[in-house]
Amino acid sequence: MTLFRDDGLVLRTQKLGEADRIVTVLTRRHGRVRAVARGVRRTKSKFGARLEPFSHVDVQFFARGGELVGRGLPLCTQVESIAAYGSGIVDDYARYTAGTAMLETAERFTDHEGEPAVQQYLLLVGALRTLASAEHDARLVLDAFLLRSLAVNGYAPSFEACAQCGMPGPNRFFSVASGGVVCGECRVPGSVVPSPESMELLGALLTGDWRIVDSCEERHAREGSGLVAAYLQWHLERGLRSLRFVEKSAGL
Amino acid sequence: MYEGVVQDLIDELGRLPGVGPKSAQRIAFHILQADPADVRRLAHALAEVKEKVRFCGICGNVAQDEQCRVCQDPRRDPAVICVVEEPKDVVAVERTREFRGRYHVLGGAISPIEGVGPDDLRIRELLARLADGTVTELILATDPNLEGEATATYLARMVKPMGLKVTRLASGLPVGGDLEYADEVTLGRAFEGRRLLDV
Repeated sequence: MTLFRDDGLVLRTQKLGEADRIVTVLTRRHGRVRAVARGVRRTKSKFGARLEPFSHVDVQFFARGGELVGRGLPLCTQVESIAAYGSGIVDDYARYTAGTAMLETAERFTDHEGEPAVQQYLLLVGALRTLASAEHDARLVLDAFLLRSLAVNGYAPSFEACAQCGMPGPNRFFSVASGGVVCGECRVPGSVVPSPESMELLGALLTGDWRIVDSCEERHAREGSGLVAAYLQWHLERGLRSLRFVEKSAGL
Repeated sequence: MYEGVVQDLIDELGRLPGVGPKSAQRIAFHILQADPADVRRLAHALAEVKEKVRFCGICGNVAQDEQCRVCQDPRRDPAVICVVEEPKDVVAVERTREFRGRYHVLGGAISPIEGVGPDDLRIRELLARLADGTVTELILATDPNLEGEATATYLARMVKPMGLKVTRLASGLPVGGDLEYADEVTLGRAFEGRRLLDV
């Protein structure tokens, strides 16, 4: 019988029984946690809209054992909002689909429940804040988040030096399996030759140089997104469900 | 284990949602002791619901004929359509006795994380209904959660070129609650949608 308090972002909600939900929260100190929110679907629930996806909350859990994750699902007992990014995101369909893809990515990269993933957490907070503020194109914010999520989890692609031999860039060929750009010597069958502008854009997305990113052309952004999606899929081994809806909405 | 038929009944009841083995056993014995006429009525209702009920060709609500009761009723205003997620929501709106228009049931809400996109809902059917120009107002009554809001935003954008009046149900404080327990999002919405008290 222990109480835990942490702040976190709501990634996903699932219906449970009559009026309850299981909420998946990416917390700062305990990583990804799944917990039961009793009665949250009732109109007069004390949680209200606080436990909707995209919410940044300060939450108290009640766990049966001495550990937060392990013996059954903990209960959410009290929740307070830190920031509700949902309303800024849901106003626009492109932002909504990009946001859901971020949540799903964060969920997939934090496979082990209860294991802290502070960098992934901070990255998601920043990405959602940027997305909700509508300062940049939603798809570019998503691509930047995907590349940096890959980076903090140890799969950083290289866009300058050759990923195999380290020959300084710029290099022309891009190979998903080799881990980024490769030189003429190291190129493998199946390598693609993206435009130099797209490569520059991807590098800028990874380092956060928004001056370059915001001035990019649509076709380069599109090519960059394709490479990011292929690279992500390779390392996650399974595609993201929500990613295909992002691509569709961008064309509308 | 009970004799054949009794056990069969318990097994069948146990497959219903929320009914465990103990509840199934209790219901089975209740049926055994009940009046034969009552049991026959229940059996009849069960058989009939599967045979007769289908989905309305116009709005997608549950219906006994080709069209549901609301779509058949000439007194309902054809100029107003209320868009809801599930047939259960039609019943909820009907209970208010406020709405005299017609409905459109989407069959869910857009949720990319669950793999549900706009093409999986009855959005194309809705746009076809709006095409002939009889409808002048579209009321978006999807659930007031994130998926429902996203679906409403998507629909509003899709029908914008048609020049319809598109409205969204109000959100705010539930009647009979305490203000201090209201969350920021709900309270913010209540402020946005506040109305003039004309005394």
